[in-house]
Amino acid sequence: MPALPELGAALAEARRELEICNACRYCEGYCAVFPAMTLHRAFEDGTLLQLANLCHGCRACFYACQYAPPHEFAVNLPRALAELRAASWESLVPPPPFARLVQRRAEATVALVVGALAAMLAALFALRPESGVGFYAHLSHGAMVAIFLPAFVAPLLLLAVALRRYWRLVEGRPIRLHHLVTALRDAATLANLRGGAQEGCQFEAGDRPSNARRWAHGLVLWGFLLCFASTSLATVMHYGFDWPAPYGFWTPPKLLGVPGGILMVVGGIALILLARRADPDLGSPAHRGGDAAFRLLVVAVPGSGLLLWAATGTRLVAPLLALHLATVLAFFLAIPYSRMAHAPFRLAALLRDVQEREASGRRR
Amino acid sequence: MRARLARPGGWDVIVVGGGNAGLCAALEAAERGSRVLVLEAAPPPYRGGNSRHTRNIRLRHEGPLGPLDGSYGEEEFFADLLAVTKGKTDEQLARLVIRRSSECLSWMRRQGVAFQPSLTGTLSLSRTNAFFLGGGKALLNAYYNRAAALGVEVAYETPVRHVVIEKWRFRAVEVESEGRRQVLEARAVVLAAGGFEADLAKLERGWGPSARNFLIRGTPYNRGEVLDDLLAQGARSVGDPTQCHCVAIDGRAPKWDGGIATRLDCVPFGIVVNRAGERFYDEGEEVWPKRYAIWGRLVAMQPGQIAFAIVDAESRELFMPSIYPPIRAHTIDELARRLDLPADRLAETVARFNAACRPGRFHPTEPDGLATVGLDPPKSNWARPIRTPPFEAYPLRPGVTFTYLGLAVDERARVQGPDGPFEGVYAAGEIMAGSILGEGYLAGFGMTIGTVFGRIAGGEAAARARAA
Repeated sequence: MPALPELGAALAEARRELEICNACRYCEGYCAVFPAMTLHRAFEDGTLLQLANLCHGCRACFYACQYAPPHEFAVNLPRALAELRAASWESLVPPPPFARLVQRRAEATVALVVGALAAMLAALFALRPESGVGFYAHLSHGAMVAIFLPAFVAPLLLLAVALRRYWRLVEGRPIRLHHLVTALRDAATLANLRGGAQEGCQFEAGDRPSNARRWAHGLVLWGFLLCFASTSLATVMHYGFDWPAPYGFWTPPKLLGVPGGILMVVGGIALILLARRADPDLGSPAHRGGDAAFRLLVVAVPGSGLLLWAATGTRLVAPLLALHLATVLAFFLAIPYSRMAHAPFRLAALLRDVQEREASGRRR
Repeated sequence: MRARLARPGGWDVIVVGGGNAGLCAALEAAERGSRVLVLEAAPPPYRGGNSRHTRNIRLRHEGPLGPLDGSYGEEEFFADLLAVTKGKTDEQLARLVIRRSSECLSWMRRQGVAFQPSLTGTLSLSRTNAFFLGGGKALLNAYYNRAAALGVEVAYETPVRHVVIEKWRFRAVEVESEGRRQVLEARAVVLAAGGFEADLAKLERGWGPSARNFLIRGTPYNRGEVLDDLLAQGARSVGDPTQCHCVAIDGRAPKWDGGIATRLDCVPFGIVVNRAGERFYDEGEEVWPKRYAIWGRLVAMQPGQIAFAIVDAESRELFMPSIYPPIRAHTIDELARRLDLPADRLAETVARFNAACRPGRFHPTEPDGLATVGLDPPKSNWARPIRTPPFEAYPLRPGVTFTYLGLAVDERARVQGPDGPFEGVYAAGEIMAGSILGEGYLAGFGMTIGTVFGRIAGGEAAARARAA
């Protein structure tokens, strides 16, 4: 079996291409990567990691590139940075072999979901409570916490470890509030997918800019945040106000969670359709399968949740509950090992970029 | 990507060449209702000729306009042109281009072109030149997308072999498509096929065998076939047939299409020696961009058409990085070996240069008057001794940008025959730019000529097609 490409090869290719970019600089107006690039004359490994994670994969630079293949310089920066980016998550998140598996193999995500489903069904049979309302009739609150608290906390801890390593490699400074405000604003608005002229990225329609991907991604992002807020609020209501689920429609968890789920499903389906139209040569071919599976999971989590809600009171509640909880479990477990890792690493890169800009005295 | 070369009812306008000027002509004609066919010699990835390598356009404006600061009036613009061409310009055509350049920005935006603030290191151009977001290829993509929306047909890999002109009137073009000759009729033709800089044999006519060692910075498709064909049919020429615009670029650049990334502006920060290890010109004479333009010619006149710029550790970060790593050594002797130069001569050249340097204030971004004393040739600015290792060298070779020979046109872009204009034959872009830019170069002005004359040619061709 051929060995998986080492980070060394990905670093070398990114360095080779960025040295050409740094002598050209025509793309300076597209996104944060190029102004950050011009601050360097030589590219250390940490700089390359930072630029790779700062790149949002909008692909505008590829279509503008006079040195794109078949030119002998063969510059395909979106791909070089995508490969380095994914490789960097694989080696930073412990344990790397597992990260490589989930990142690269669709089957790994499928296996994760199937395994989680088996575990859930087992839990539903074995731990079926004596009493309870709504879905707590099928699995007690205590059992859910016992399963999901570690499944939620462990990936976050692993991510924290990985981000610490990243921050050290990119020589990050102490984070101040205004760094965070700027970085969060850029993340929330997906500023780097605007393509420099507010016309969007060049993803699904070749060299024609479009905001479709920015919108679709925005729906998933905000949908995810609404669902997260819904769950957090429900936890507060459960423990703080002794107000356990099930919640009616006109309660805060549902008012946040239902629209959030709908946004995620719509945005997630749009992202799947857009990815099918995009040129695969501009991304990392090794990660196509893993990424595609993860996009399906992004739709499956809120999709099954909405179905579960719609099935309230029917016999479908138990199987749908198992399915929904299984997708949620798989999603949590996959966070550090999948495309989802882009979110924390991207935020870290945006933070570091604010600091670098500040240090260089450059306005935006 | 196969285009329809034949069209029921025929073509109104055929545009020869799919670069900036050709596309501007095609868009202008299509907007006026013409059925337009663009013939591009290159395959899709290389479409657009030398426009692929451009990044900005010089525009007249009477106040802040889009990405442009301040104002840049007709008189100042024309004075800048006179300075670089040393008067080799047709004032009437030049003023026409300058005047009408003020309409370009809004027109280009309407076609989908996006702009950006001027790039780092080019602040000196932020008042005069509007930069395309992403550069020339992005501009071409916008034009090609707009052309598709307007129903313009584009045939790639379809070079024009002959323009059929009968009794001074345009009839058809003969193209080569998939190995077969075809004759395509139309009511008018716009010739926008560029110069002949990619044909080394033609460059040899002006430069002798040394032209074989020149590098071509742009497209390999500008071979001057259409230009020659028209001249053979009696078209009047403009511009010096032996001259080309030529700058010193990294000698390791590819033979073709190296573009902007191969430029190297390290000359003023060190010394430049030839193959014999000797200096041959004042490295501190000129500021950018003039310096950039004279050094191509200077290197072309050295044996082997090669020279070596040598800097020391104190200067190596004062210029933009090259895509190629410098050749580095810890002693001048070792450097000479690496560069295959006579070590004694190089050591002597450096020693004499260092001995002629005087203390003083060094200022890298403007002429600082820090000159050598008693040295021939002198270095009249930025003269600091080369003494701090590691020493770094870059090979320099002449890189050809464009040629000056072109077709004479009038203010309606009509190609001129011996006794007046041909009927239905228009020209735009590099193929006629020699009328206006007879010598030297003004950054972004090639795009100005191409855009203004492309639009004039397209409009005139459409009007003729409608009248026919």
